[in-house]
Amino acid sequence: MVNINVQGKKYPATEPYLVGREKIREFANAVFASNATSHDVAAAQAAGFPDLVAPPTFAVVIQERSLHTVLADPEADIDFSRVVHGDQRFVHARPIVAGDSLTSVLEVASVKSLGPHSMITFNTEIFDASNELVCTAISTLVVRGGE
Amino acid sequence: MNINKIDIASLNVGDQVGSRVFNFTRDSLVKYAGASGDFNPIHYRDDFAKSVGLDGVLAHGMLTMGAAVQVAVDWVGDAAAIADYGVRFTKPVFVDVANGAQVEVTGKIGEIKLDEKLVRIDLSAVCADLAVLGKAQAWVRL
Repeated sequence: MVNINVQGKKYPATEPYLVGREKIREFANAVFASNATSHDVAAAQAAGFPDLVAPPTFAVVIQERSLHTVLADPEADIDFSRVVHGDQRFVHARPIVAGDSLTSVLEVASVKSLGPHSMITFNTEIFDASNELVCTAISTLVVRGGE
Repeated sequence: MNINKIDIASLNVGDQVGSRVFNFTRDSLVKYAGASGDFNPIHYRDDFAKSVGLDGVLAHGMLTMGAAVQVAVDWVGDAAAIADYGVRFTKPVFVDVANGAQVEVTGKIGEIKLDEKLVRIDLSAVCADLAVLGKAQAWVRL
């Protein structure tokens, strides 16, 4: 069981993550994205962006870094081998672009029990180098209870 | 920063905006693992997947989510227009070594907010006759 007391707990900001052009291209290829603004710098700039635009789910890479700090937290007591992804949402204040330096702050929004299982929802706020909010990633994990 | 040429007034709830069939192979899973940093072995090792009670290797839910939204991205022409996107993971996508897995995604207009120039695209994602995403909704800024 996930420790109910971590509800409301905030984890410290992650180290800055520098979004690279080739990482955006690699991610775009992996999710079958063919739009020019995620591959071609000239096309992205012609559309008014400073550099390549990341696909809509790229923020998962940043969320993952915050999630690791929770999974490593003995107080939360989450058994990663029993985790199933329940749902996921990204709310963008602006798109992520190559050259962004991003940090994230994760808060445990809720912990609920569902029979032997636990459901834990995280809100991860992602900020740029000027400390402006870029994206809020909301993720619910289901932790299956023991047999 | 708006490169699309869609006239919001011409749209109707229920209109289909596009569809695509994604062919996930084991190579796709390895590529996604590297691109995303999610190296959970249930996505590339049959022995490990079986040891934790799964029928076989399954695709990352985030790969299905990331591919499905491309139907909305293709329609509007740019990833930056997706303001809000959420899904529920309802069924695993098992990826066979030889045949892979085919995920068919269709996007339809679910809601139009004329004042805010926002359109909600409802995505259905089906693999082996099962809906693998639930409540998959992308709000597109026009």
